[in-house]
Amino acid sequence: MANIIIKVQQQDFDFASEVDILEAHNQSDGALVTFVGRVRNNNDGEQISQLTLEHYPGMTEQCLQHIAEQACQRWQLGRITIIHRVGDLAVGDKIVFVGVTSKHRKDAYQGNEFIMDYLKVNAPFWKKENTSRGERWVSAKHSDNQEANKW
Amino acid sequence: MMIIDVLFFAAVRESLDCPQLQLELGDEQQTLQQIKQQLAQRGEAWQKVFNDRNLMQAVNQVMVNDDSLVINSGDTLAFFPPVTGG
Repeated sequence: MANIIIKVQQQDFDFASEVDILEAHNQSDGALVTFVGRVRNNNDGEQISQLTLEHYPGMTEQCLQHIAEQACQRWQLGRITIIHRVGDLAVGDKIVFVGVTSKHRKDAYQGNEFIMDYLKVNAPFWKKENTSRGERWVSAKHSDNQEANKW
Repeated sequence: MMIIDVLFFAAVRESLDCPQLQLELGDEQQTLQQIKQQLAQRGEAWQKVFNDRNLMQAVNQVMVNDDSLVINSGDTLAFFPPVTGG
């Protein structure tokens, strides 16, 4: 089983530090793949000025841990870090970080993509957007379900 | 006496104007379906939430699809809209 780090937090994270943690004293893995998700200034044709992320404390962490473990069953992964922010976020802010290491690149690429696809449809987070017309909850996308179902 | 906690999140919490409640259910065990039917009777907004096919649910922090699941005293139920993280 890989070394798994899960964090759900309000504060920002430092990309370089997270990469360092994944790589430190890790001579067995030759591949590192990272994904960072950020707040866009637009969604469904509306300008977005701010985002609020709600979650289900406790279930969220368990769910992310479970997704990371599922990835380990499918691919040979050395280390996994998943960080997801909650609370109020501004345009450009980082929302999510997924980093995985592996001996080889294919496992790292696929493991990382699997974690993001599963997180999108399984982890209990909800986004509320602030648009020029007021607040609205973001609707789930059918295409996200299709992405998760491909695995 | 069966006592369960029920949590609501995001748009569901807002439309019910209720983040959580405690239900006392008597002595007989009930299924998730029965508890949902009971909650739906609390008013128009409740009926709308529980009639929504997209409603997601968790029992003790694990997502469930099967409404015939038997709920035990001390369980925590949660109802919420489809998730939109990432």
